[in-house]
Amino acid sequence: MKVQKRKIKEYLIEKTIFLSGITSIVIVVLIFIFLLKEGLTVFSSISPAQFLTGKNWYPISNPPQYGILPLIMGSVAVTLGAAILSIPVGIGSALYIAEIAPKKTREILKAGIELLAAIPSVVIGFIGMMTLGPLIKNIFHLSTGLTALSGSITLAFMAMPTIVSIAEDAITAVPKQYREAALSMGATRWQTTRRIVSHAARPGIIAALMLGIGRVIGETMAVMMVTGNAALIPHTILQPVRTLTATIAAEMGETVQGGSHYAALFAIGIVLFVITFAINGIADIYLHKNRHKA
Amino acid sequence: MNLKNVKTQEKIASALLFGCTVLVVLPVVIILAIILYKGIAAINWEFLTAMPKKGMTQGGIFPAILGTLYLVAGAVLFALPLGVLTAIYLVEYAKNNYLSRIIKLAIVNLAGVPSVVYGLFGLGIFVIFFQFGVSILAGALTLGIMILPVIITASREALESVPQSFRIVSLSLGASKWQTIRHSVLPHALPGILTGTILGIGRAAGETAPILFTVAAFYLPHLPTSIFDQVMALPYHLYVISTQVPGIPESTRYGTALVLLSLVLMLNLFAIIVRSKFRKKKKW
Repeated sequence: MKVQKRKIKEYLIEKTIFLSGITSIVIVVLIFIFLLKEGLTVFSSISPAQFLTGKNWYPISNPPQYGILPLIMGSVAVTLGAAILSIPVGIGSALYIAEIAPKKTREILKAGIELLAAIPSVVIGFIGMMTLGPLIKNIFHLSTGLTALSGSITLAFMAMPTIVSIAEDAITAVPKQYREAALSMGATRWQTTRRIVSHAARPGIIAALMLGIGRVIGETMAVMMVTGNAALIPHTILQPVRTLTATIAAEMGETVQGGSHYAALFAIGIVLFVITFAINGIADIYLHKNRHKA
Repeated sequence: MNLKNVKTQEKIASALLFGCTVLVVLPVVIILAIILYKGIAAINWEFLTAMPKKGMTQGGIFPAILGTLYLVAGAVLFALPLGVLTAIYLVEYAKNNYLSRIIKLAIVNLAGVPSVVYGLFGLGIFVIFFQFGVSILAGALTLGIMILPVIITASREALESVPQSFRIVSLSLGASKWQTIRHSVLPHALPGILTGTILGIGRAAGETAPILFTVAAFYLPHLPTSIFDQVMALPYHLYVISTQVPGIPESTRYGTALVLLSLVLMLNLFAIIVRSKFRKKKKW
């Protein structure tokens, strides 16, 4: 009797654990379903091609125009800028922390980077607005310092924790023998780092860059506060832009539930979800490639 | 290439790499210093415990602090059990098959979903579909889902670090699978799970985008009475007073940023201490 009771209990616990286990899948599917449910209605008035390539985002004019190309270009501009700034610096510091820094320094630097990851994005946006904006305004003699460039710098900074920590893991995971073999052949430390270690760590570094860029595309608050929020196709990086994420965050409060503007913002959510899903999926493949090797 | 060139190259390379690191770490120090320096003037007892007054230009930020605490508590209540059970499933029960691969991929993707998309999801499912309205419940659940991958990942690592022999011994003594997990595995994984949970709390406390459309109130100078009420929250409050409302004194803005930052960094510091204590104590 007692044994049977225990068996039933065990069975129930196992089922509960199994159900929890698959919740993550359920949530991902639910997110997608709800974005589609709320967002697809916008395509009754506009075709998906017009939505993606339309040059005008005038959601409150009459009739409203929902072309998200300026927003895509805004996201692309700040993301590209952030990538150009963060990729060399990020890989450089990952190499420094993993290969050159003495053990104590390494611990301090890693703690500093963890600290950076912990700072809420609204705080970074606030500081960017108060310090970086005026700085850029004065350097380039602009009417406003809140531009694509400010956004790129802020985002490059926010991508750092992801890029540095994952790249550093990948570099540290390169087997010691590789380094020893290179050094014993007469290569210098730098030659070893550049030609041997960074090659062996390549898949992990690529994954780190992709995840960093994924973070940049999805970043909302900081980018909304420092880019100036003008939904125009930018011609230089010294113009204000508006990203996909910032548009959702800034405009959702003004919409009517179930209206076409509301649906258009959810449709932007679909676009973002698909982009980040693809980036994370591919980065994950690279990460596992690395693990097989080591 | 002669020897001298190689040596110069070596020096230049390490200087460059060091420069990169400085570029990453120095701004962190500067940001912290600016916020501390400019924010500390605003911090006093009234600022922390009073209601905002006169369109937020005076008074304190107490409702925002309390709102954030409510939201974080709700998020953890939801995400901790679910996250730990998911980790237990993946580490202790799941076979290395297609299903567990998909679960892991789903977790990776959850971690990568932009925070504003979580906000849309929360609006669609909790506020509208389940008709919770713009409320603490809807906001806490949205934040809970957002921190779920953090808790799952940390719990998985904690469970995986418990040596296999612990399980084998317990099973060989006649304990059932669940008894083994409950008494021989979980207690040893607890510090790691705790670390992950605290990090999740820190993340939930600082996020703004997920609560924009699910809970956050612009200006609400009274305290909530039920989980279906709206609340103010610290990160949203900082956003509002720095971009939406003109005429807020600079010190109030920096003060709010300082309170939010201190809260988040203290949580992270706590997590780091728990983790390092655990590492030192670990005997296997």
